[in-house]
Amino acid sequence: MSRLKVRNGIRLTSSYIVLIILSIAAIYPALWIILGAVRPGKSLYSKTLFPEEFTLDHFRELFTSNQVMFPQWYMNTLKVSLASMILGVLLTLLTSYALSRFRFSGRQNALSVLLILGMFPGFMSMIAIFLLFKEWGLIDTHLALIMVYAAGAPLGLTLITKGFFDTIPRSLDEAARIDGASNFRIFGSIILPLSRPILTYLALLQFVGPWVDFIFARLILRSKHKWTVAVGMWDMVANSQNTNFTVFAAGAVLISVPITILFIFMQRLLVEGLTSGASKG
Amino acid sequence: MGQHRNKATILSVLFMGLGQIYNRQIIKGLIFLAFGIFSVGYFILNLRYAFWGIVTLGETPRTPANLNDYDHSIFIMIQSLITLIYLVLFLIAYYLNIRDARKIGEERDRGIQPNNFKQSVRYVLDYKFAVTFLTLPAIGILFFTVMPIIFMIMLAFTNYSAPKHIPPTMLVDWVGFDTFKNLLALKSWSKTFYGVLTWTIIWAVLSTVTTYFGGMFVALLINQKGIKFKGFWRTILIIPYAIPQIISLLVMRNMFNGQFGPINQYLNYFGIPGAPWLTHETWARAMVIIVNMWVGVPVSMLLIMGVLTTIPKDMYEAAEVDGATGYQKFRIVTLPMILFTTAPTLITQFAGNINNFNVIFLLTGGDPVKGSYQNAGATDLLVTWLYKLTLTSNRYNMASAIGIIIFLIIASFSIYNYRRTKSFKEEDMIQ
Repeated sequence: MSRLKVRNGIRLTSSYIVLIILSIAAIYPALWIILGAVRPGKSLYSKTLFPEEFTLDHFRELFTSNQVMFPQWYMNTLKVSLASMILGVLLTLLTSYALSRFRFSGRQNALSVLLILGMFPGFMSMIAIFLLFKEWGLIDTHLALIMVYAAGAPLGLTLITKGFFDTIPRSLDEAARIDGASNFRIFGSIILPLSRPILTYLALLQFVGPWVDFIFARLILRSKHKWTVAVGMWDMVANSQNTNFTVFAAGAVLISVPITILFIFMQRLLVEGLTSGASKG
Repeated sequence: MGQHRNKATILSVLFMGLGQIYNRQIIKGLIFLAFGIFSVGYFILNLRYAFWGIVTLGETPRTPANLNDYDHSIFIMIQSLITLIYLVLFLIAYYLNIRDARKIGEERDRGIQPNNFKQSVRYVLDYKFAVTFLTLPAIGILFFTVMPIIFMIMLAFTNYSAPKHIPPTMLVDWVGFDTFKNLLALKSWSKTFYGVLTWTIIWAVLSTVTTYFGGMFVALLINQKGIKFKGFWRTILIIPYAIPQIISLLVMRNMFNGQFGPINQYLNYFGIPGAPWLTHETWARAMVIIVNMWVGVPVSMLLIMGVLTTIPKDMYEAAEVDGATGYQKFRIVTLPMILFTTAPTLITQFAGNINNFNVIFLLTGGDPVKGSYQNAGATDLLVTWLYKLTLTSNRYNMASAIGIIIFLIIASFSIYNYRRTKSFKEEDMIQ
C-alpha cells in the first residue's frame, strides 16, 4: 500500500514539475513583452528579467509621437473591425441559414463550391483584388478593407455555422411555420436566440481579423494615417530593426491584452467551433 | 391551345420583360425591361473591347513617344474578365426570364390568374427565400473570390513576369503551359520548386505530428487523477494560442536573433556560445517547428481535453475489472477514442500547415537564403515563396502556377477528408 502511495507521489510531483516548466515556457514571451513595455531605454535586452525601475514613457510616446500614430491606427482598426464584424456575421448567418434550412436545386453544389474555393491560397487573389479596387478607385480606403473582410466571412465560416444550425431541431421552425411565422420571423425569434455560442464565435473571429492582418491591409492602405495597428506594428519591427523595441512592446501590450482576454474567456467556444466544422460537415 | 404560352415565350425571347408585360405582370416586366436595356447598353459599349482584350491582351505598349494612348495588358485583362462574367450572368438572367414568361403563360392557358406584383414578392420571400438571400453573399464571393481566382489561373498561362513583361512599357502575352513547364522542368526553377515542396511536406507532417502529440501529452498530464487546479493549468497553457501571432512571433523573432537577441546574450552571460538560431539552415528549420509547437500545442490540448470528457467512465471501470494497468487503459480505451474523434481535424490541421504562412513569414521570413534557389530560402514553404514571387520579385505567372499546385495538393486532402466524414452523405439524418 505504501509503495503504491510513494509511486503515486512521484508521479504527481514529476507531473507538477513538467507542468510548471511548460507554463513558464508558455508565458515567458508574454511576460517578457509586458516587462519590455515598462522598461526604461530602447533595447530589448536586459540583464535581469524584472527591470530595476518601471516607466510609462513608452506608452506616452505611443500616444504623443508624430512618428507613431498609434491612437489613429487604433481607431482605424476599431472602425474597420466593427464594420466588418457586423456585415460579415450578417452575411454568414444568412448564408448558413439558407443552406441549412432550405432544399433547393444546386444546394449541394453550393456547399461543394464553398469548400473548394476555401482551398485556394488567399494570396492568389490579392493581386486581382488590388487591381479591382484600383479600377473602382478604392485604394487607400477603409471601405475596401471592410468589403474584403466582410465578403470573405461567408466563405470560411459558413460550413461551421451551417453545421451548428443543423443541430437545432427542425421541428421547432416547422411548428412556428404552422403558426404562420414568416422566414424572417423564424430566423429572428427561433434560430438566432438558440445560436448564441456560434454567434459569439463568428463575431470574435471577424472582430479579431483586422487587428492581426498585416498582409492585405499593407497592400491596400498606402498612407500612414490610414494604417491599421497590425500594419503599424509590422512596420515598426520590420523596418527599424530593434531600434525601438520598447515602444513596440508597449503597442503590443495594448493590442494583445484585450484579444488575449477575449480568447481565454471563450476557449470552450473555440473548441466547439474547431470540432463542429470537422464532424458535422 | 397554348396561345399565351407561346406568345409570352416568343416575346420574352425578343427582349427581356416583354413576355411578363404581355402576361399583365407590368411592374415585374418593367423591372426586367430596365435591367435588359441597361445591360445591352453596357454590352454595346464594352463587349467588342472585352473580346479583343481577352484575345490580344493589348497591342500598343507605352513608349516615350506614346504616353497616353497605350494598352496596359493587365488592366485590359481584368476589365475584359469583368465584362465577360457580367455577360454570363446576363445570359443566365435572360434564360430565367424566358422560362418565367413561359411558365406564367402556361398557367394563364389553364385559366390561372398571374400573380400581381405584391403576390410575386410574397411568393419569393416564402418559397424562394433561400435563393434570394444567397444572392448577396454570392455576389461578394463572385467578386472577391471567384473572379480573382479565375484571374490568377489566367495569369499562370501568360508571361506576366519581371523583368521582361511588366506593363505598361511592355505587353503581356498568352504562353500556354510554358510557365508550368519551366517550373517543373527548367533546372533553375525546378530545383527550387522540388526543394521547397519537399520541405513543405516535411514541415507539414512534422508540425502536425508534434503539435498533435504534444497537445495530447499536455491534456493527459492535466487530466490525471490527483492533479489540482486543472482549470488554472489549462488557462495558463492556452495563453500562447490567445496572443495574436503577429505579436508573439515577432517577439520570438527578436528573442532568437543571432546578433542582439536576448537568448544569445543570456547564453553568453553564462559563458555558453550562442547559436545561429534563425540564420543557419538546420537550426532555422528546427526552430520553426519548435516555435510552431509553442503556438499549436494549446489548440490540440483544448481539443483533446474536450474529447477526454466525453469518454464514458464505465469503459475504464470495465477495463479495471479485467485487471488492466494504467498503461493498458490508455492504449485500449483512451488512445483509440481520441484518434477516432479527432482524425478529421488532424487532416484539416495538416492541410492548414501546408499553408501556414504566419509562422514562417513572421519568424524567419523564409530565410536563411539559399544561393541555389530562385528567390527562396531554406524555411520557405510554397505559400511564402508564392508571396515573395508576387510582392518582391514580380514573377506573377510563376506565383500563379505555384498557387494552382498548392490548391491541387490541399484539395485532394480536403476532398478525401470531406467524403470520409459520413455526415456529408447523411446530413439530413442528423435530425
